[in-house]
This record gives sequence, C-alpha cells and structure tokens, in this order.
Amino acid sequence: MKLSRRSLMKSGAAAALTAALPMPFVKSVAAADEIVMASLYDLSGAFQEVGKQMNDTLTLAVEDINASGGLIGKKIKVVTYDLQSNLQVSAQYAQQAALRDKVAVVHGGISSASREVMRPILDKYKTLYFYDTPYEGGVCDRNTFCVSTTPSQTVAKLISHACKTWGKKGYILAADYNYGQITSDWVKKFAHDEGGEILGTEFFPFDVTNFGSTLAKIQAAAPDWVVTVLVGGTPLAFYRQFAAAGLNKKIHVCSTTFGSGNEQAVLTSSESDGIVVCYNYMETIDNAQNADFLKRFHKRFGDNYPPLSELPMSSYQGVQMWAAAVRKAGSADRMKVIQALEGGISLEMPSGKFAMDGITHHCTMDVHLAEYKDKVPKIIETFAQQPPSDTAAVCNLTKNPNDNQQYVIKVN
Amino acid sequence: MAYATIVGIEVVYAIATLILVSLGLAIIFGMMRVINLAHGEFLVMGGYAATIAVHHGVNVWIAILIVPPIAVGLIGLVVERAVIRFLYGRMVETMLASWGLSLLIVGLLTTIFGSSTEGVPMPLSGFTIGAYQASGYNVFVIAFSLLTLGAVYVLLRFTRLGLLARGTMQNAAMAAALGVDTTKVYAVTFALGAALAGLAGGVLAPVAGIVPTSGGSYIGQAFITVLGGGAAALTGVTSAALLFGSVGQAATFATNPVFGSVALLLAAVVLIRILPNGITGRYFKGWL
Amino acid sequence: MKIAGIRLDLIVPGVCGLALLFGLPIFLDLFSLLQVTLYAIMAILALSLAFIWGYGGILCLGHSAFFGLGAYAYAIAVINIGESTAPFLIAILVPTLAAAAVGYFMFYGRISDVYVGVMTLTLALILFNVVNSTSGAQYHIGKAPIGGYNGLPNVPGLNVPFDPDNSLDPGDMYYLCMGLLIVVYFGLRWLLTTRFGRVAVAIRENEKRVEFIGYDSRLHKLATFTIGGGLAGLAGCLFVNWGAYVSPTTFSMMQSAQVIIWVLVGGVGTLFGPMIGAVALSWLTVEVGSQQLIDANLLFGAILLVFVLLVPRGIMPVLIDRVWGRISLPRRPVFTAPPVAAREGKR
Repeated sequence: MKLSRRSLMKSGAAAALTAALPMPFVKSVAAADEIVMASLYDLSGAFQEVGKQMNDTLTLAVEDINASGGLIGKKIKVVTYDLQSNLQVSAQYAQQAALRDKVAVVHGGISSASREVMRPILDKYKTLYFYDTPYEGGVCDRNTFCVSTTPSQTVAKLISHACKTWGKKGYILAADYNYGQITSDWVKKFAHDEGGEILGTEFFPFDVTNFGSTLAKIQAAAPDWVVTVLVGGTPLAFYRQFAAAGLNKKIHVCSTTFGSGNEQAVLTSSESDGIVVCYNYMETIDNAQNADFLKRFHKRFGDNYPPLSELPMSSYQGVQMWAAAVRKAGSADRMKVIQALEGGISLEMPSGKFAMDGITHHCTMDVHLAEYKDKVPKIIETFAQQPPSDTAAVCNLTKNPNDNQQYVIKVN
Repeated sequence: MAYATIVGIEVVYAIATLILVSLGLAIIFGMMRVINLAHGEFLVMGGYAATIAVHHGVNVWIAILIVPPIAVGLIGLVVERAVIRFLYGRMVETMLASWGLSLLIVGLLTTIFGSSTEGVPMPLSGFTIGAYQASGYNVFVIAFSLLTLGAVYVLLRFTRLGLLARGTMQNAAMAAALGVDTTKVYAVTFALGAALAGLAGGVLAPVAGIVPTSGGSYIGQAFITVLGGGAAALTGVTSAALLFGSVGQAATFATNPVFGSVALLLAAVVLIRILPNGITGRYFKGWL
Repeated sequence: MKIAGIRLDLIVPGVCGLALLFGLPIFLDLFSLLQVTLYAIMAILALSLAFIWGYGGILCLGHSAFFGLGAYAYAIAVINIGESTAPFLIAILVPTLAAAAVGYFMFYGRISDVYVGVMTLTLALILFNVVNSTSGAQYHIGKAPIGGYNGLPNVPGLNVPFDPDNSLDPGDMYYLCMGLLIVVYFGLRWLLTTRFGRVAVAIRENEKRVEFIGYDSRLHKLATFTIGGGLAGLAGCLFVNWGAYVSPTTFSMMQSAQVIIWVLVGGVGTLFGPMIGAVALSWLTVEVGSQQLIDANLLFGAILLVFVLLVPRGIMPVLIDRVWGRISLPRRPVFTAPPVAAREGKR
C-alpha cells in the first residue's frame, strides 16, 4: 500500500514514462541548438475546431522558419498541450510550460478566461506570453503581447457601416460573458457616435438554441439592423431561425464573430447572404503574401481545409512577429525580445501591413469590411493601419512598465 | 393582438419541444425504472443521423423523420444488450453507467465528426401574423409532438406489444410465467425509448445547431420533466411539460433565457418537495 | 487489521502521509510540487463525497455546488476584505450552511434516494446558470465583480493568519494542503468510530430499522450531508488559492461527474480509495492533454462504464481483499440490489 501510494503521488516524469499512454511530444528541456515554444490551444472541448486551426497555422509558421535555416542559428521546437477548454488544465499546462519545459515563449489561450488564468502564472514564472485571439481589449502587461484585433479596430467600422447604409436603429444579440458584454458596450458607443440608437440588447448563455422569444422581441422593436456578438454553437441556431421566420429579408445582420466558427459552410447561402463582417483577415484578401500563404498552407494541410478566419491568421502572424523580434534582438532571452518588440517591428503579412505598438503591446493592422455572398466574404472596403486606440486610452507600458492588469475600458 | 399570438405560439412551442425531448426518457424511466443519462446523446445522434442522410441526398423530411429513429433505435438496442440489461433494478448504477455512456458517446462523436457545428436546412418557410413573421417549422413541431404523443399512447394502450410491455413492467415474473419473453420486451421497450430520442433529435436538427456536446443542454430539462412528471410516462411528461414550459417561457419573456431556465429549475425543485413522487404520484394515478 | 497488537490500518496511512508531507518538498521540483498540491486538494474533495456517499449512503449528483460555493465565497470575501483569515472561514461556513439548508429541505421532506440525486444536481445546475450569466458590470458583491463565464481572475492568495503582508508561497501552500488532507482523512476516520458515525453507517444499511431503534435518521443524514458540504467547500477554497482564479466551471456537471468517478473508481465505502482515484484520474487528465490521440471524454466515459459494470466495488476494496483477505472498517456491501419485492412495493 505504501509503495503504490508513493509512486502514484509522485506522478512525475518517472511515472509518465512508465505510463501506457502514447506520448508523441517528448517533454524535456531544450537542447543547446533549440529554442522551445509552447503551443497552448484548446484542441478538444468547446473551442476545439478553432483551436486546431490555430495550432495548424502555428505549426506552418514554425516549419517555414525551421526550413529556411531556423532562428538565430537554432531550430524552433514546439511543445503542444491541449487545454481541453478547461481552465484548471490551462493553469496546469501554463505551469508545466514555464517551470518544466522552460520555454522561450508561450502562444495560446483562446477564451479570455483561459488567458486571465495563464497570464498571472506566466508573469510569475517570467515566461513571455503571446495571446493570438481577437478579444475585448484592455490587457496591459509588459510580459504579454496581444496580436489580434480589439473592438476599436473592427467593431467601429462595422457599426459605422451599419448606421450609414442601413439606418439608425440597431439591436444587439450577444454572448453572455465579458467579451459579449464589453463588445456590446462598444457597439452602443459607436452607434451613438453615428447618431444611431440601440433599441434592445439581449445576452445569451452558450447553450441556448431556442431564439423564438428573441425573434418576437426583435420584431416588436423593429430595428433596421441586428448585430450578433454570439459565439459557440448558438449563432448557427440563431441565423437559421432568423431566416426561417423570413426576417433576413427585412432586417440586416452584421456580426463581430460570424465565419470564425465556419458557420457559412453549414448555413445555406440564402440564410447567410448579406451578413456583414469586419476582420483583420479573411481568405478573400487579395495580395501576394496571402496567395503565397494559402498555397503553402493547403500544400501542408490539404485542399479541403475549411476557410481560415482571423483567429488562425493571428496565431500565424503572432509567431512571425515573435520570430522577427528574436532576430532583431539576436537572442530568445525574454527581456531582450520584449525590448525588441517595444522598439516597434513592422511586417508584411497575408492580412497586410502588421506592426507592433510598443506602448500598448497590441498591434496596428489593416481591417477589411466584407459582405457574405454565396458563402464567401466579398470585401467591400479596406481600412488601412487601424491602431488599438481602445487599449491605448488606458495603457501606457512605456510610462508604467510595471502595470499589470486588464482594464475595463470606460465606454461613453 | 398579433404580438400576443406570436408569444402564444412560442409558449406552446416550448411545451411541445419539452414533451418531444422528454418522451423517450419518460418511456424508459416510467416503464423500466431506468434513468438514462445518455438520453441527450441519443438526441444528438439523431441529429447527426439526419445530417448524414441530408448530405447523402436523402429528402429532408425522410432525413429528419424516418432515418434518426431507426438509426438511434438500433443503437439503443445494442446499448441495452451490452450495458443496461446487467443493471435492471439498480437505479443508481444504471444512472452512473449511462453517464459513462454519455461521456463515451460525446468522445466518439467528437472523434468522428469533430466539434464544428453541423445542421440540416430548414424545410419550411415562415408566415405572417399581422406585422409579425412567425416560423412555420415551429408550428410543425407543435403538431408533430402532439401526433407522436398520440401514436405512443395508441401503441402502448391498444396493441399487443403495448400490452406485453405494460404487463412485463408491472410484474416481470408473472409475465414470464405466462410465457412472455421478458428479455425481448425489455430490449424492445428500451429501443423504442431510444428511437423516440432519435426522432426528437431529428425533428430539432433544423432548428438547433448540432455539436457533440449539445446533449448536455437537453438532458437537464428532460430529466427534470420526467421526474417531475412521475411514474406515468405519458400523462406525467405532458403535465410536467405544461407546468415547466409555461413557467420557463413566462420568465423568459419577462426577463431573459437564463432566468427562464432558472425559473424552470426552481419550479422543479419546489414541485419535487411538494410531490416527492412527481405529479402522477399524486394525481392521475393509474393513467398511462 | 492488527499485527502484534499494532493498528496497521492507522499506522500505514499515518506514516505514508507524514513521509509525503515532509519528504516530497525535498525531492520534487516546483512544478511537481504544484501538481501534488492540486492532487491533495482534489483528494480532500474526493473524501467529502466518499464520506456522504460511501458511508452516509446519500448520492449527491451535484457535489460541485458546494465546491463552487466555497471557491466563490473565498474569492469574493478576500477581494473585499484583503486579509485572508476571515475569508478562509467564510469559505467553509457558506457551503456548510448551504448544505444544511438543502439537506433540511430534502431529508426532512423525506425525499427518496434518487430524488436526492436530482435535487442536488438541480441545485448545481441553478448555481451554474446563475453565476454563468453575471458577466455584466451590474453584478458585483462589494468590490468583487462576479464575472459570469470568465469568473474572477487574479484572486489574492492566503496569507499567514492576521498578517496580510506575509502571503503563502507555493511551498507553504503544499504543506497547508497536504496537512489539511491528513487532518481531514484522520478526522473522518475518527468520526466514523463515534456513535454518530456508526448510526450514519447503520442508516445507509437500513434506514427503517435504525428509526425503529429510536434514532432520528433525518438528523443524522442532515449532519452527514452538512459535514460533506463543508469539506467540499474547504477544497473549493484551497483550489482558488492554487490557481488564483475561480470560474463557473467549478459548479459544472463535469466537476460533479469527476468526483463521482474518483469515488467510484477508488471504491465506494472506503476513504483511502477515493483519494487514490482523485490523484490517479487528475494525473490522467493532464496526460491525456499532452497527446492528441484519445479524446478525454471518451477515456473517462469508458473508465466509468467499465468500473460500474466490471469493478463496481472500486480498486481499493479489491486490492485490500487481495492483500489482506479482510478489512477493518465497516464497509457497505456495495451495489447490492434491493429485493425485487421491495422494489415492486414502492411503485
């Protein structure tokens, strides 16, 4: 009894080796000619689909770098852990990446919740962190770089388009968590800036599938347009029921999330036509980098891959941004890389020009307004070089390098 | 007035879906005293069956009404033979085993289909009441739920199969002594319950997106409806669905869907406290 | 289980526990120590359900309700108060009171076994739904926003009692959690030898008979359930300290399911088994995530199914029987069906 308890309790590397489970990713500290990077995405559970895509684009970025001779003479080695859409597991892997694998950088976290679990851990154990997902904005932390979009970059353009072309009256449907709450506050602000008004706002938990009462409420309010800030499986049910009630012929729809869950592939084109979105990236962007990227990506992962959205592109661009900083610093050392990034780095990426803003640790980038037609987002307008002005209003890491929190940005 | 009609349709629709979703569970629980926590996953499998059929070019109505009950009914038969039959009479163990089964099915579905949302196109368009648009499919779901309820009643009340099933459930030893093959009856009844779950999954497929984990959002409500209803499968489910559905929808319209579901759950807790054996434990005794 | 007059069943776990408590920090690196701390916390949670289910015979399907209440109570209290002594006590008090209230409602209402499962499950579902939908800024308790789906990140950790500047480091947390695990384990062992403990076990065996003898079964069940709820709350409080966050998933069905699986795999009606179950399966969860071949749900579903069907008594009783051939603690003859006649009579 004593023996069995001890061996189980230890459960460290020794026990792991004897375990019957297959272990494709060998855990060990880097060899001298390697830089270790951790990929911490949700490869199972609620965020599985997008997590896999993000891990794939990260893999492509790393393989490309390694194939072209590596980074400062070293190969990048990736350790991959599945966060299982589970916060406790996220915390454990963040600890493992920082303490056991001693990685140079962690890329990952999809939900804001998992980011806020991992971020303090990676701060505490001094491990550089890249968060590659569009989110509600406000993270201000010298150890963390947020390389995707925030509401001031995309939502502003979306709502301004809605108010100008469809009318002044809007209605918000949002997922009931802080991304949904904060984004809908921004929607209200941007609508007011354009002289519009929001007739109603409703929040939904992730598992609601019956939107009957909501459709009735929307019709009673009679808005010109509806903006959806929905995530998970719910949006699909909503677009379906909205179209089934014939409302898509009368009320316009725009969305801050449509397409990132590949919704257009499941909906018929009559259900999804006319939905307007605004993202940093969609596959229909026409430039040389994007054409080249798509060619390489499909060669590596097959031609039947679902269309890539802003999220997987962010993790690709995030890895490239980190790699550029390592080259610039001539070292993968945490502080040197941070300083290189804070000095400003600008890259030509598939989404367009992509630049690090050293003051906020967020990125300045192009955003594209597009309308779905036959399941494909057709770009209407491109807005060049949008700064992360929401986070910039509250965060200045040059002045306050020790700042470390997520601000709730006052919207008014 | 038009708005009131729309609200009315929504309330009735909520009750009808509650009946549809719970009916299979109620048959299995009411007749066999087995609580099948994999019921939600049976529904989801029905949804996937419909999706696959549509992808293979099967007519939408056949894909949602015929394919799912057959597919899931067969799966139910396998489950009964492989797992459930060892656990008859042991309620807690069946609950735990079927919980394990539910996790297992979620895992299998995820491995096979991935976790992206699947769906079936909506076969009916909307119609207009006054200034409002309503979903034609919702009206179909209401009618179809009543039809299913009626069909199950006829099956259990007026056919030889129904008689054997009811007899076996009431006193298996006596039925066996009279020459009934009770093993077969148990298996068929469980398969019937599973088929009804599959049917519900198929019917709801055009309305809701299907992911491997969506069973979780049905099981809680179905579970509570069935236990709130009590032992008499059909009357119990109908009465509990009427009560919970209207309470839930009233709260949803007054506030939002979250408080709607909380109101539904609270109503269930209070009901179980007042009527520990469910509605049919006190009223409608001896009904089917 | 005496050899030469020595109580092996007390000494073996005692020595093991102390050896682990003082030995592991010497041998393990920081990462492993953090892991073992988590396992100790989960073992406390497993003990709380092992007590009320395995010994009290009360199947609580929504045990996460008390775990989550403890976690949230600590997080909200510590954000408001700052010094962690009172929040620590509040985190145990709140779930204890909740368990007492729910237990009174159930046991004094004479609700049958299965419905007790349903009630507790419903309670956990309600708490999950409510907490999960409080992400708006209008939902806050004092200075602490409840945070909805995201929960509360950056929760301050425990400090040395009444000394807010002296907060516990990971090493201290390990000693605290492992120490508390040992205390809880032996505390429950002791409790089961008292008159109260013996009546509780007797109720599990035959409630009617115990009532005829003159004991109030409702009161005993209520007390058992309340103690279990309080211990689950303690585990919740420690869990927040381990991860510095709390989220609605502490109330989730999956959390409840996990605890049930731990207890079932370890052995219903033992205390040692569920601890092993908790450690082994928590470790397995992490291992599953570092490979991409087997889906986590698939694995745990299969484990649960296999144990219910093939090893219904759990690992521990089977092992003990093999090793010693007999056992010392009063154990339930697990998973015996009630006689057919009794079942039919209940309809």
